[in-house]
This record gives sequence, structure tokens and C-alpha cells, in this order.
Amino acid sequence: MIEIRNLSKTFTTKSGDVEALKNISLTIPDGEIYGIIGMSGAGKSTLVRCINMLERPTEGSIIIDGKNLNDLSEAELRQERQKITMIFQDFNLLMQRNCLKNVCFPLELAGVKKSEAVRRAMELLDMVGLADKAKNYPAQLSGGQQQRVAIARALATHPKILLCDEATSALDPQTTHSILSLIRDVRDQLGLTVIVITHQMSVVEEICGRVAILNGGEVAEEGVVNEVFSAPKSEAAKRLVYPDGFSTDTLSPSSDEHFIRVVYNGAEVSKTPLIAQMAMDKNIPASIRSASTRSIGGKAYGNMLLSVTGDESLAEEAISYLREIPDIIAEEVKTNA
Amino acid sequence: MLDIFSSEEVTEALEIFVREFPTAIWETVYVTVISTFFAILIGLPLGVILVAGDKGKILKIPSGVLHVLNVIINLLRSIPFLILMIMVFPLTRLIVGTVVGTVASIVPLVIAAFPFVARLVETSLRELDPNIVEMAQSMGAKPIQIITKVMIPESIPSLLSNFTTAMTTILGYSAMSGIIGGGGLGKIAINYGYYRYRYLVMLLAVIFLILLVQIIQTVGTHLATKLDRRPRDRA
Repeated sequence: MIEIRNLSKTFTTKSGDVEALKNISLTIPDGEIYGIIGMSGAGKSTLVRCINMLERPTEGSIIIDGKNLNDLSEAELRQERQKITMIFQDFNLLMQRNCLKNVCFPLELAGVKKSEAVRRAMELLDMVGLADKAKNYPAQLSGGQQQRVAIARALATHPKILLCDEATSALDPQTTHSILSLIRDVRDQLGLTVIVITHQMSVVEEICGRVAILNGGEVAEEGVVNEVFSAPKSEAAKRLVYPDGFSTDTLSPSSDEHFIRVVYNGAEVSKTPLIAQMAMDKNIPASIRSASTRSIGGKAYGNMLLSVTGDESLAEEAISYLREIPDIIAEEVKTNA
Repeated sequence: MLDIFSSEEVTEALEIFVREFPTAIWETVYVTVISTFFAILIGLPLGVILVAGDKGKILKIPSGVLHVLNVIINLLRSIPFLILMIMVFPLTRLIVGTVVGTVASIVPLVIAAFPFVARLVETSLRELDPNIVEMAQSMGAKPIQIITKVMIPESIPSLLSNFTTAMTTILGYSAMSGIIGGGGLGKIAINYGYYRYRYLVMLLAVIFLILLVQIIQTVGTHLATKLDRRPRDRA
């Protein structure tokens, strides 16, 4: 279990102090895939770097399985970091080492015997589906493949926590999907705790069980993903849930207007007109209030906000219709929550 | 051959060429190689310290120490080589026992070149993406491991290019050391060309200096490219 207690981080710069994190307290249970989402500048990266003490917190503590990381010496901290590994937005592979040697890197640091390290590295490359690329250099691989190698490297020292710092932000939606599936498989197989830092709603919706919304260095909202996203309470959460400048203030919801958030996670709907289909099949007229979707390789990614006018049962009917379509998440959004 | 040179001059030049050039080329090569070796031996760790100690990110080195190091490097680099050669006479006498001759010229060459190498190493290492260093730290790398397993290996192509530059510069300086009795092609060019107006001999010496620079540069560039694992022509 990871406990973050009253964590604050202030950076001292020439133009004054910058409070990157303000009194953050979160508890992350073992085996969870925990999302930390926020706009850029919200403090996500600082928070994740405090968890492995790459940044020393100004105040507060990080307690992992009862051990307070503040109390550790540099040497003990290095030891601990072998159990809290990290993957990055830009993969950060060593470009002058081939894939096999990249995966061996943390094992070399830990002083593992070479033959043993190579055996373990091959096992991991096999697990991420890149055993045939062992002798290739990172520059010869695609972004998605590089991130797979980075995941294999992060797993080499049998960590109990995997920190993902915008790990899919440099990847296209399809590759993002495959990397997220891999992270979930890894969690299922190895039972580690995963912390996913992202600015993308779709990432959180796809793999996270719980989410914390970070805004201006503070936790704006925290909870089970579906609950947080279907009934956003804080301004920060609302900004994330309603795409692109859509504001609930302008809606002044009449009692019979219901909002439904539809999330596309690679659903095969780009050929069928979903909204029209729903109108024909169920006789439910829905209007699109806001949408941000993309179609890649015949699959749709993104989200959409629909509104249906009628009583509660109509909205529920629409949601259950939408939920029958694979790779679509549909939730009612409670605007006056 | 060339009309501007009389046949006697050509004959004399050829004689000198056969008699003195093989030794001179050999002296130039070994002075350059040995000086480069020692310049890297001293300059590489200093360059590493400058980068790794910066803001205490990798090595905890007091900023005062780095400041002094920077001043020393700048100081040595601002002294013209001709003057530096004379200034280090006491040191040369201490190490080699004499201040004249080919071996003695290695001392000023190293003193002149190591600050240059330290700066080049600093430049190379600063090119490295700081995220890579952070990655290593996130995996529990010790400072020495970050230096030996990440910073230096990842900068190999850039370091090799810069060492090539350093070697060609040292070759140029070694020619200058002919003034104080250092052997090699420089001595021949100065003795025959400057003191005795044998322009043809000087020309030959210069041609061989150019050839040596070409060879060093070609080999260096080839190695740097070959060892760069980031091919530009991606599939």
C-alpha cells in the first residue's frame, strides 16, 4: 500500500517560490491501477517523482508498505527504487545499447550476474512480445515497441510498484491501447501496483480503477473512476469530463434533459452512424452537445456528450443500448450534482 | 616538376626528404598520439566532473570547487601555446629532465590540450538528454554507475568526434613545438623553411601535416559514425 500523507513540494526559483504540490493525501491500495490526471502544470510529474523520491518533498511523507521513504538514506533509497520502477513519455531507452542490454541495465545496477541478467531479460522481452528484437537498437524500433522494451526493463528487478509518467502520451491511440492492455496484463500476472500519470481521460477510463484529479497542485477529486467521471463535482473534474470549452453553466438543465457521456475505446463504429442507429432502433432522439472523437484504422477513440430529452427511463434506455456496443463506455452525467 | 624551383633545389629537397622525413613523420605521430592520450586521461574526468557536479545533480561537488576548475580551464586556454610552452619549462624539466627535444614537447602539449579536451567532453556530455539520467536514478543507479554506464557510453559518438578534433589540434600544436626543439614535421618546416629559405622542403612538410590531419579526421569520423547506434535512415 502506498500512503501519501500531507505532501507538499515547493520549488524555489529566482522569481519566487512555486508551490507545485499542496498538502496532498492519497492512499493507493495494492494491486490497483491508480490514475492521476490533470492538465499540464497541475503537478502530476512532481507528484510521481516524489513517490520514488527523485524529488524530495518539502513537507509530508510517502509511506510504502509501512516504510517511510523520508527516513531512508541515499543508499537505502537506491535499494528501494529497484522496487519502484518507472516508465516515461519518451521511453528513455539507452540509445547506444541494444534492447537486450537495455533490459539488463537495472540488473547490472543491482549487481546481478551477467548470465542470470541475460536470462531474465530474454524472459521479459518474450513477455512483451519482442524476443526477436533483442539484438536491435532502440532507434530501429517504433515508439510502441520502444515503450514495450521500457516496460520489460522496468519489470526486470521484480518491482512492486510501476510508475507510468505519461507513458502513452507520445503514442497514437491504437498503440496506446496495446500498451495499456500490456500494463493491465502485467498487473494481473505480477500483482503489482500501477500508478498512471496522464492528461488523457481515455487512458484513465481504459485501465484505471481509481482516479485522483489534480488541479493547481491539489487533489480536486478522488474516487472510483466511473463515479468521478459520471458525477464530476469539482470544476477541474468538469473541465476534464466536458470536452473543449463545453460548460454546464450555459445549459441550465431543465428537469427532463439528461446528459450521457460516451467514451470510445477503439469501438468498431466508424462505419455505422451510432446516433442515427439509436434513433431508428430505439426511437430515442439524441443530440450531440460536444464531441471529440477520432477514427483510426476503422476504430473510434475519444468521447462525446449526448443529451436526450425525456424522462429518466429514456436516458437509462439509451445508456443500456450504447453499453451493448463493445468498447464503448456510457454513463449518465449528473449536471446538478 | 615545378618550374619555379631549380633542379638543384629539387634534388636537395628530395635528399632531405629521404634522410629526415621518415623520422620526422614518426616523431609527429607519436608525440600527437601520446599527448592526445594524456590530454584525454586528464581532460575526460574533468569534463565529467563539470557536468556531473553541476547543481549537485549527480555528484555532490561544492560549487566553489567547480568554479575554481572552470577558472583554471579558462586560464590555461587563454594562454597562447607559444608562450605556454615557455611558461611550463620548470614543470617540463621536473618531469622529463630537460626542456628541449621531442619528449619534452609532450609536457606543454598535454598542458595546453587537457583544458580543451575537458571543455569538449563537457559539451558532449551536456548534449545528453537529462531524462536519461533521471531514468537511471529512478532505477537506483549510483553516481559512478550513472557516469560509467550512462553518461559516457551514451555520448560515445559525440566524444569520438570531439577527440578527433582535439587530436588534429594537438597535431597542429606539435608542429609549433619545433620552435623549442621539439622534433617532427614542424621542426623541419621551421628549420628549412623559416631559417634557410628552403620553401620546397617546407611545402613537403606542410603537405605531410595536411595528410596526417586528413587521416586522423577520416578515421575519427568513420569510427564515430560506425559506433553511433542511432541510424538516421530508419525503416
